[in-house]
Amino acid sequence: MSDLPSRAALIAIAFLAGCSGASWNNPYPASDAGKNILYSSFAERPKHLDPVQSYSSNEITFTAQIYEPPLQYHYLKRPYTLIPSAAERVPVPRYYDARNRLLPENAPARDIAYTVYEIPIKRGVRYQPHPAFARDAGGQFRYHHLSAEELAKVHVLKDFEATGTRELKARDFEYQIKRLAHPRLHSPILGLMTDYIVGLKEYAAQLKAVNDELAKNGTPDAWIDLTRYPLAGVEVIDDHTYRIKLKGQYPQFLYWLAMPFFAPVPVEVDRFFGQPGMAKKNLTLDWWPVGTGPYMLIENNPNSRMVLARNPYFHGETYPTEGEPDDRAAGLLEDAARPLPFIDQAVFSFEKEGIPRWNKFLQGYYDASGIGSDTFDQAVQFSAQGDAVVTEKMEKQGIRLSTAVAVSTFYMGFNMLDPVVGGLDERARKLRQAISIAVDYEEFISIFHNGRGIPAHGPIAPGIFGYRDGPSGINPVVYEWDGQAPRRKSIEVAKKLLAEAGYPNGVSARTGEPLVLNFDVTARSAEAKSMLDWMQRQFEKINIQLRVRPTDYNRFQDKIRKGNAQIYEWGWHADYPDPENFLFLLHGPQSKVKSQGENASNYVNPEFDRLFEQMKNMPNSPERQRIIDRMIEILRQDAPWLWGFHPKDYTLFHAWVKNIKPNKIAYNTLKYQRIDAAQRDEKRSAWNRPILWPTGLALMVLVAFAWPAVVSYRRRERGAAR
Amino acid sequence: MLAYVVRRVLYAIPILIGVNLFTFALFFLVNTPDDMARMHLGIKRVTPEAIAKWKEERGYDKPLLFNTGAPMLKEKLTQTIFFEKSLRMFAFDFGRADDGRDIGREIRARMVPSLALALPVFMVGLLIYITFALGFAFFRATYIDFWGVVACVAAMSISSMFYIIGGQYLVSKLWHLVPISGFSGGLDAVRFLLLPAAVGVIAGFGGATRLYRTFFLEEISKDYVRTARAKGLSETAVLFRHVLKNAMIPILTGVVAAIPLLFIGSLVSESFFGIPGLGSYVVDAINSQDFAIVRSMVFLGSVLYIVGLLLTDISYTAVDPRVRLE
Repeated sequence: MSDLPSRAALIAIAFLAGCSGASWNNPYPASDAGKNILYSSFAERPKHLDPVQSYSSNEITFTAQIYEPPLQYHYLKRPYTLIPSAAERVPVPRYYDARNRLLPENAPARDIAYTVYEIPIKRGVRYQPHPAFARDAGGQFRYHHLSAEELAKVHVLKDFEATGTRELKARDFEYQIKRLAHPRLHSPILGLMTDYIVGLKEYAAQLKAVNDELAKNGTPDAWIDLTRYPLAGVEVIDDHTYRIKLKGQYPQFLYWLAMPFFAPVPVEVDRFFGQPGMAKKNLTLDWWPVGTGPYMLIENNPNSRMVLARNPYFHGETYPTEGEPDDRAAGLLEDAARPLPFIDQAVFSFEKEGIPRWNKFLQGYYDASGIGSDTFDQAVQFSAQGDAVVTEKMEKQGIRLSTAVAVSTFYMGFNMLDPVVGGLDERARKLRQAISIAVDYEEFISIFHNGRGIPAHGPIAPGIFGYRDGPSGINPVVYEWDGQAPRRKSIEVAKKLLAEAGYPNGVSARTGEPLVLNFDVTARSAEAKSMLDWMQRQFEKINIQLRVRPTDYNRFQDKIRKGNAQIYEWGWHADYPDPENFLFLLHGPQSKVKSQGENASNYVNPEFDRLFEQMKNMPNSPERQRIIDRMIEILRQDAPWLWGFHPKDYTLFHAWVKNIKPNKIAYNTLKYQRIDAAQRDEKRSAWNRPILWPTGLALMVLVAFAWPAVVSYRRRERGAAR
Repeated sequence: MLAYVVRRVLYAIPILIGVNLFTFALFFLVNTPDDMARMHLGIKRVTPEAIAKWKEERGYDKPLLFNTGAPMLKEKLTQTIFFEKSLRMFAFDFGRADDGRDIGREIRARMVPSLALALPVFMVGLLIYITFALGFAFFRATYIDFWGVVACVAAMSISSMFYIIGGQYLVSKLWHLVPISGFSGGLDAVRFLLLPAAVGVIAGFGGATRLYRTFFLEEISKDYVRTARAKGLSETAVLFRHVLKNAMIPILTGVVAAIPLLFIGSLVSESFFGIPGLGSYVVDAINSQDFAIVRSMVFLGSVLYIVGLLLTDISYTAVDPRVRLE
């Protein structure tokens, strides 16, 4: 009896060893050892994988590997450069006047009534294997008219025995653009695109009428065949060419063509998933994307894991042969001209909590990891030159650090409709300028973001055309150039501005009341508390009392929509690398209160708005830069935002991951990455050898504690027997 | 007994309507259908038209509880979000989540991992807690009992998060014995469940053992125990044959009623150990303001709780012949 626990332990150990080979804590099947698989994680379930709907980064992480829109970004070149993906070449816009007469390339924007993009697509591109394409011996689609009995046998996509494929056609792009207006889908860009694509608004109304009719007839879920309803703004020229006709001029449209919203969707797939009963089984295009890209989704269990596998029909693409000057030295061109993709499979595990995610990365079970604030000191240290490098411990493990400034901006906004902080008069402007100087974002980044960010001097993020570095890029309202770097102006300057604004020492010269401002925030955690305390201290530097008004995100949004906030915090991540995508956040007609747009500060400056209209349609040129410079100058003087900071993303990679170059705009980067699986296996085994002595010790301690009790029990029993 | 069971089932209907109404009121007190639409549609480029379309498609464009615009009283009550969203649940038709997935199907899929963790914790835990409680009762008023109770009080004073993070740190990170998180189907699931199950058992040890010890001590002081000892029965026989049986009634009360709590009790564990169960489903739904899932899970939890209490009553008759359900 006494050796029962040790026997049980031996059995358990043998069981564990049998289960997973050398490393007992390996969360993946032993059969995956040595395979060319990339392991990653996701913290938030993707809601949509339908390219017409997916917009969040956690969704595009998957869809960007599966779908091929006409264009994509060059992996290595900076600034971000558009190159063809499914298209044969980057289309050149053709301009027409209101009478459909062709205009020259340099026609002024006011003359341009329409822009036409003619897009030739690559030949011989095929879709991933999918049951929607499977045909029977008679050439008919095998699974397009499923009976209730047939459907009853199907639970997952793999239950369909046969699959098929077909060549990519221009009509598939047309079909997807039509889907943007589908009444049962919620494309986040429909509102924007109806302003540009000819006939899309009318098309949406037409489809809504069709949908309403179906609902009235008691078949609200019946499939709508979009091929029956032509869309005026999209024309299929032949199997490999199509045209998109836009209202006016919209050069940024090319960037949209690099997003999955414009990736092809074949009608057969829509028809297949549109059959009655499919949605009930979670068999929808929203969960089973079908594309021509390098990968296809073979397992979709967002509660646990999602698996991408190499698309056997991928048309082929090669690794870039040119990049930035440093790329060759960094080894990023070692795979130049080699066929893509390199990795066979990518396994994404659902990992909500940061601690297990981080530890699995350290154990080698995730190939890359972000860095949380709680693990920052463990992972990163700063060199004497102030550069971020990995700690010695990480370096010993061969872990590398990659940093990149995100094309994002986090700012503090003033509600320009507010009677105290809003308005363009000199008083309010000086008040905002004083606050801009007082809130020390250099300190903020250092304390709350471990130095991961750069102070912003305007709305445009680095890496985007229009952003200026160096002395010409500083915000002269807040900074001075000391010959080396920008230096924040002294608090005395802020106090002087405050006095000129009518608040000497933070007291209203008119009423004698202290100046109290309200800061609407959503953050209420303990960590946020210290940040809010810090923010209050910044305002106290110029004797302004900052009253924090915490609220939940819904209420916060409601306040912003109704213009009830006074000062607020928000951020923006660029959709595409164009200054228009930042500057429109302060464009008057985009005012949140008036038009529910993205201008949350409700900032309206006629000169800025006029320049915006002029700038938005221009190609990148010195003339455009000059206009942007003027716009930024206006903004800095008006100070509708405290420009805040541009966050810097830090990512850690193991030594076996190759070809990593951060790309803050493109998401289809999996195909470029390469894994040395043998090295990974070797490291994993070395790092994860099971340590058994604590288990033995625990058993011995248990026995040591139990022994007196056993002795005492026997003694008592013997005593009772006597 | 059948009449009693039928009566209790009928009582359950107004309770479930009440629970549903309460959940509905609480949810819509802090969220509006507009908030739900915005949460679902994302932050960027959401137009009022898109919000209206989203609400219309999901039936959230109607009044919450009373439709003043409807002509007849029946329509005033039935053409509301509450009525349309609640009625089908009584047939266990939970409908679709806001992301379009079938909730019933999701619940069925997630129930397996949840139970795979909850059941071993429940069974093994019960066995260990009763064993230790009986042991402490056997050694009552000795240093073993004293230090045992001290250990129990100490154990129950520590947050379950500590056990989870400590367990992951020691067992997975330092000793490399089991995966730190994750889940797998079939027999391989054992590797992933060993640690969370052990943590679950250890986290519940202090409170449960101390409680059961109290039940045993209360029984030990009764006359029939003194009689048994006077007859010359050994202490082991007294404890196992008599005390354990009689102490089962209060234990059963707690244990059976705790079944639904186990069901929702793995909220934290499932998140930390990456187990795709119902606990994490609820957490995700609350975070994403998915009312369809929240109300379904609250409804299901209420049903299970009522069933648990009914089973408790029935189990009384099994362990105590004096109890009759009429």
